[in-house]
Order: sequence, then structure tokens, then C-alpha cells
Amino acid sequence: METNRPNRREFLKIAATTSGGLLLGFHWNDSSACAMEVLSNGDAIALADIPFNSYLSIAPDGIVTIFSPNPELGQNIKTSFPMIVAEELDADWSKVKVVQAALDTKKFERQLTGGSGAIPHSWERLRKAGATARHMLVEAAAKRLGLPAAAMTTGNGFVIHAETGRKLGYGELATEASSIPVPAEVKLKAIRDFKLIGTPVPNVDNLPMITGKPLYGIDFYREGMLHAMIQRPQAFGMKLKSVDSAAAKSMPGIVDVVTFKNNVAVVGKSTWQVSKARKALKIEYEREGNIESSPDHDKIFLDLLNGNEGVTVKRKDGDVDVAFANAAKVVTREYQCPFLPHNPMEPMNFFAHVREDGVELIGPTQTPDMARNETAKLLGLAPDKITLELTRLGGGFGRRLKADYVLEAAELSSIIKAPVKVIWTREDDMGGGSYRPAVRYRFSAALDAQGKLIGYRLRGVGINAGNTTREDNFPSGAVDNLLIETVEYKSPITTGAWRAPITNFLAFAEQSFLDEVAFEAKADPVKFRLELLEKAKQSPVGAIKYDIARMKGVIELAAEKSGWGTRKNVAQGFSVYFSHRSYVAQVADIEVKNGKPVLQKIH
Amino acid sequence: PTYSLKVNGRTYQADVEADTPLLWVLRDHLGLTGTKYGCGIAPCGACTVHLDDNAVRACVLPVAAVGTKIVTTIEGLSANGDHPVQKAWNETDVAQCGYCQAGQIMSAAALLKKNPAPTEDQIYTAMNGNICRCGTYHRIREAIVLASSKMK
Repeated sequence: METNRPNRREFLKIAATTSGGLLLGFHWNDSSACAMEVLSNGDAIALADIPFNSYLSIAPDGIVTIFSPNPELGQNIKTSFPMIVAEELDADWSKVKVVQAALDTKKFERQLTGGSGAIPHSWERLRKAGATARHMLVEAAAKRLGLPAAAMTTGNGFVIHAETGRKLGYGELATEASSIPVPAEVKLKAIRDFKLIGTPVPNVDNLPMITGKPLYGIDFYREGMLHAMIQRPQAFGMKLKSVDSAAAKSMPGIVDVVTFKNNVAVVGKSTWQVSKARKALKIEYEREGNIESSPDHDKIFLDLLNGNEGVTVKRKDGDVDVAFANAAKVVTREYQCPFLPHNPMEPMNFFAHVREDGVELIGPTQTPDMARNETAKLLGLAPDKITLELTRLGGGFGRRLKADYVLEAAELSSIIKAPVKVIWTREDDMGGGSYRPAVRYRFSAALDAQGKLIGYRLRGVGINAGNTTREDNFPSGAVDNLLIETVEYKSPITTGAWRAPITNFLAFAEQSFLDEVAFEAKADPVKFRLELLEKAKQSPVGAIKYDIARMKGVIELAAEKSGWGTRKNVAQGFSVYFSHRSYVAQVADIEVKNGKPVLQKIH
Repeated sequence: PTYSLKVNGRTYQADVEADTPLLWVLRDHLGLTGTKYGCGIAPCGACTVHLDDNAVRACVLPVAAVGTKIVTTIEGLSANGDHPVQKAWNETDVAQCGYCQAGQIMSAAALLKKNPAPTEDQIYTAMNGNICRCGTYHRIREAIVLASSKMK
């Protein structure tokens, strides 16, 4: 069994000098229990538990264990997935124990967190998992009581025969139910019959979180485990030239200094010791490629906004050149977003133990399957030689979609032939992680004499961004003459998905622009948008990917709830956006204080 | 050198270098991992513990500076997670990823110990040094108000 102690012998030594055995007993029991909850797969399940399917087992005492396969990083999947299973099972939620499942591609599909896709993908699977077990429990009860299954209902962990008032608990039926043939088809509940879904269920990890139990990858400790920090090049485009590690190696607690790829890893017995020794490394780097600066990027943005090189047309309706030539007024604005680190509160870390017979990986990742496959490739092993246990993630935001920090830990462990936890400092994360691609947008609007939008141009330039636009989103469909283009510049800076990729900043830029256009057109920003939507409805231009009625509804509701246009001495900004199946509108109340705008409230 | 530390009502001995931050003594040497590493230079607040009754940042407090002061970590705030602040956090369902919340709770508990009925501004000021990347600030403030009402 795992413990959460760094070194058992060391701990015993410390504990022996304190108030004695009671403390020891208390702490060990306590920590074992936690480690079990956190890092459990098979081990955590009592032997008496009766498995029904990949998602659940039921113990004779009525405790239902529900496995939650997806990485939990604060999106609450560890609560919501089991709720879906429990709903169809008609379980007593107070008797549900939730266990984070380890990576298991035989049992689970799409075991990842990203793309806002977990519930849409698993909704039916989870419901069927619960409904199947419920069916088997009902059949078992019918058999035992010699009554027809059709006469049985379920509720709160019981199979009930209403006519005779007989009730059998799921626990007492579990053994018999598990031998009932698994039905090919099961009937799912009508949504109106949901009892648990739609109610505010507290996070299943609340108690361990508020009492400081070890839940996160960084909290994982094991006897004999080493700690490591890695010095990486301080700029993109640099490579390692030479390392003088003599001073670092002579420092207390340091076990080894290892170089691989562009990494210099300091391995030792404690986090503080390796962090101090890392500062004592003398490393020389040399240029491998171009080293880019922010002024370089500003120049690239302007060159690509003004030029014709590498431009991809994403959407073209009507003739924008004619519209702009005929415009009574042209409004042009630019918006720029820098590289942004994800900065999850829990810095990158991972535990790896590469042994002769297999590899053990434990830690926080949004993409366990990919992390395992890339590790397998790196080490030249079959993926099934690698186990990966999921801890809770102290935030992800897309940073933990990448497996770089998992691979580092695995490679280091394979070199030093020891279990090791690699941790990044905050500086490492800020300075060398992966970033949201930097982008710059130029929007232009052509207005006629009545202030009507007759032409719309958008060019987005992105550094490692792919498509910087969402060309079929609003206001496409509502403007007769429209041109949307994107240009990509490739940089050695590492970039990646960052919370609702692209749209997070595009929404701000586009909606700020529409407010500015409305201002220039002397139109009310809400009415301006509603008129565009009306135009898209009455005489649509090209295909669109948003629902006009829903967007209109959310605009009207936000305007109403925020008291749009009725507030004194407050300037208001409006925005509406469709992304990842959701329609969102916001109103910002801005007050001018001492000549400066101050955000008062966002509705 | 060996340091004798009073943590959560117990006395521990830790043989570590003098400049080792209390944070890493707690985590690596005493196995108390509830106190989190977030930034290592104090502004994020994830490592907040109590030194006597004051909220301090354990990541910049060298173990040698602790002396005979009493250290309380999230694990020692209450025996069963039933400190009014913890109860309020649970009832308000504050946490998202949860990583910063131990620090948030320790800051809130220190505030309420000194000032059981803080104003909105006082809450804002006291909690200003605790960052939540998920953005749970509204619920944090709501939970502090709830905890305050529980302490009356």
C-alpha cells in the first residue's frame, strides 16, 4: 500500500522523539486512508465489493463505489460523472463512495479532460452503466421474492415492491444481482424523473480539500523516492553547451546531476536541497536558432497584417472592396493578446519509476493515455508495460494536455534507475511552459450613411495559432460583404491550447469592436446586435454555426437583468458570444473615477 | 541542525538546513502536505499557515526563524474538519481545483480570529494576498461571511 510519507525511516525517527506511538498510529492510519482514496484503483476496493461494470461495484453493506475515470482539475467531473451513474441506479447518494480510476483504456473511453467534451461524450454511457446495474438488482429481487420484475420500483438504494411494501437493499441483493445476465438494452429514465441531477450536490472532495489531505500529484511521496528539479534553457532557440555541476553535486542531499537533451536535472533527497543545488549549476548555452523578442513579434504582427504573405481566406461573402469604397464611414480597430502562461496553482510535477519490468507513472495530467503512449515511445516499451495513476490536478487550463513534464520524469527515472518526482518551480512554469499563442486582430467595419453595417473585414495574425478566427460565428451571416482571413507565423516558442482556445480572446476583441462600431454608428450596442441578428434571420448570407434565436434570447435576457441603458452615471459595455455549445452575454458597468475608467460590475 | 517545532499541538524534530523554508519542512520532512507550494516567493498565499495566531507565508519563512512559536497548518486547524471556516467552505462549495484553498482557509481563519465580524472591505484586504486561479473569489467571500455568522 502507498503511503504519503517521504521516507518511512526518517519519519519514524522524527516521530519517535515526539509524543509517541499514538501519534505514529494516528498519522499512519490517517495517511494510508488518504493515499487509498487518492491513488486508488484496485487496492482501494474492499474484497467483498461486487463489480457490476467498469463504473461501479456494490458492497454487501450497501456502499456503492463509483469509479470516475476522467482527470479532475476543478471542473467537478469527479462529482458529476458519479451523479449520472447514481441517478440511473437510483442509489442512495449518501452511500456512494467515489474513487478516481487509474488510466484503463480497456474499461474507459476518452479518459481525458479537454475540449469541453466529457459529459457530451459519456452522458449515455454513464447512464447505461447505472441503469444496467439497476436492472440486474431488480431482476435479482424479483427472483428472490418470486414476484414479477415489472411490479418492482427502485429508490434510494432499495428495490421496492409497492403492493406488498417489501423492500430489499442493494447491498443484500448485490451478490445475486451480479450473476444476472447483463441486459443488451436498458430503459433510461425520463429527464423529468431525475432526482439527483439538477440538485446542488457538494463536491465529493470537499472534506479532503478543506482538511489538507494529500490529493494532488505534488503531494505524492513514497519511501525511497528522490526529488528532482530540471534546469532548462532560459530562452527558446538556445541549446545546452556545457555543464559544470561540481559545486551542485557537493551540496548536502544531492544524489546526482544528470544531463539529457537540453535538460540538466538535479536529483536529491529533498525539494529545498535540489532547488538550492540547481542554483549552483554553471551552465553554458549556445544559440540553436533565432531568439525572438516581443518587439520582433510586434513587427511580425504589423508586417503580416499589412502584407499579403501566407494569408488564408476563411470566409468571403459579397464584395468587401466595393462596400468599403462606398462606405460613409469606416471604423478600424486592432486588438492584441500576448503569450499567456496557463499558470495552474499546482506547478508541473510528476512521479515516475522506470523499473526493469515496467513503468509506474503517478501525477496530474489532462491526457493520461497520451502521456502513457508518449512515454512508451520514448522508452521503447509497449504501452501496457506502463501504469498511470491519476491524482487530482491543481488546475490545468490546457497546460496539462501536454506530456512534456511526464516524459521528463520518465526519462530521468530511466537514467538514474530510481523512483523520482520532478517538480517545476513557478519560475520554470512561467519561463518555459507552453503558452497561449499570441495574436493580433485588425477589424474594419464599413457603415453606410444610416449607420448600417455594410462591410466587415477581419484579419487575425497568430504566432503558432493555426486559425485565429471562428469564421462562421456571429456576425457572419448578418453582413452582406464580409472577409475573414488568418495568417500564421511559426515560432520556436512552445504554445498550446489555453482554455477555450482562440475564442477566449477573440470574443473580447470582436465584441469590443462591435461596441465601438455601434458607438461610431450612434446606435445602441444591444439594438445594433439585435438588428444584425434580425438581418441574419430574414436574409441570411452564407452558412452559420450559431442559433439566431438562442443568441437573441441571451442578449435580451442580459440586457434586462443588467438594467441596460437605465443606469445613471455608469457607462455600459455589451458582449455576446457562442462557444463550446454555450451562449453567453455579459454587461460591464464602468464608472469614471478621477478621469480613469473603473470596472464596477460585470453582469 | 536539528529544529524542534511545535506543529498542530505536537512537537516534531527536523534535521534540516537552517535556510529551509518551513513549507518544505512541513511537506518533505513532516509529511504535512496540506500546505501547498505555489510560488515560493510569498505573493500567491497557497502556503499560508499560522505562526501563533498570525497568517504567514511558509514558503519564505526559514525554519530557523520559527523558534518556539506555535505553527498551525490546515491539518491542525480542527480535529475533524469542523472549524467554522471549514464548515462554511464545505457548505458554500467553494473549491474548484482546490489547490489554493488550504491557504485561503488559513488566511480566513486568522482574519476571523482577530476580527470575528469583518466588513466587506476588511475581508477584501485580508484575503488580497491569496490567489485563486480558478476564480472562486465570490464564494470565498460568501463563505467568510457565513463562517463569521457561525462564530457569533
